[in-house]
Amino acid sequence: MTMTEIAGVAVERDAEGFLVYPEDWNRVLAEDIARENGIPELTPRHWQVVEFMRERYLETGTAPSIRSLGKESGVPIKELYQLFPKGPAKLAAKIGGIPKPRGCI
Amino acid sequence: MTQLLHEFEPAEEMERELIEKVSIVVSKGSLEGIYPALIMANGARMEGIEADLFFTFFGLDALRKDRQAKIKVATVGNPGMHMPTLLGAIPGMSWLATKMMARQMESLDIPPIGEFLEMIHDSGGGIYACHATVEMFGLTEDDFVPEVDGILTVGEFYDRSAGAQIIFT
Repeated sequence: MTMTEIAGVAVERDAEGFLVYPEDWNRVLAEDIARENGIPELTPRHWQVVEFMRERYLETGTAPSIRSLGKESGVPIKELYQLFPKGPAKLAAKIGGIPKPRGCI
Repeated sequence: MTQLLHEFEPAEEMERELIEKVSIVVSKGSLEGIYPALIMANGARMEGIEADLFFTFFGLDALRKDRQAKIKVATVGNPGMHMPTLLGAIPGMSWLATKMMARQMESLDIPPIGEFLEMIHDSGGGIYACHATVEMFGLTEDDFVPEVDGILTVGEFYDRSAGAQIIFT
């Protein structure tokens, strides 16, 4: 675990860059993490996915699977991969400041 | 010998080489023969890894409109079931085992085969049928679900798999 400064604030992140404490998160931080991961700008569609991931995690304690992300976030799977080519669930979790999803699906 | 091994130990700071592409061959037509490949292909896409699925021999059943929904767990000749062979041979046993497993999988958010293939297809994974098997079973493109991207010869499969890790299941 390392402390990094993003958006002018020091936050603790794990080796892969996921926030250790979800409460450290804010929207400016999200934009910064997105840029770090090859997404220059978060569009409303990106936000829809990121917010869905984060809310679901905060409610249930686990991040949704890619299947429920595709069915329930309002963004279909094809578009999820266009928005987050390097892996929608993983990237949306990272940008949303929640831990890396542990599921296989 | 210890010395030799020690000498070849890679330097710690050496960059880990990541997998960028996988090509998974599915040759078996049982539920337990097909699912691991689907999970691995979908899992690859989730990590941003390119993935192709190549269905051959009975694996092709996963792509056939008339058979996809009838794929079952093998209850005979499958020591993993921990069931006496004669018991496994009772009519309906394979159906029952499949039913139970399907319920368990649904609770873990693992989709049925048809939906799973659609997910992999939508995530940009390639789904291909083996040309030799298609000919051998006398099939045509019309026999397959719409997610199939094409029918490939072995040569074409290797060509598509350039730079990929090939996994045979």
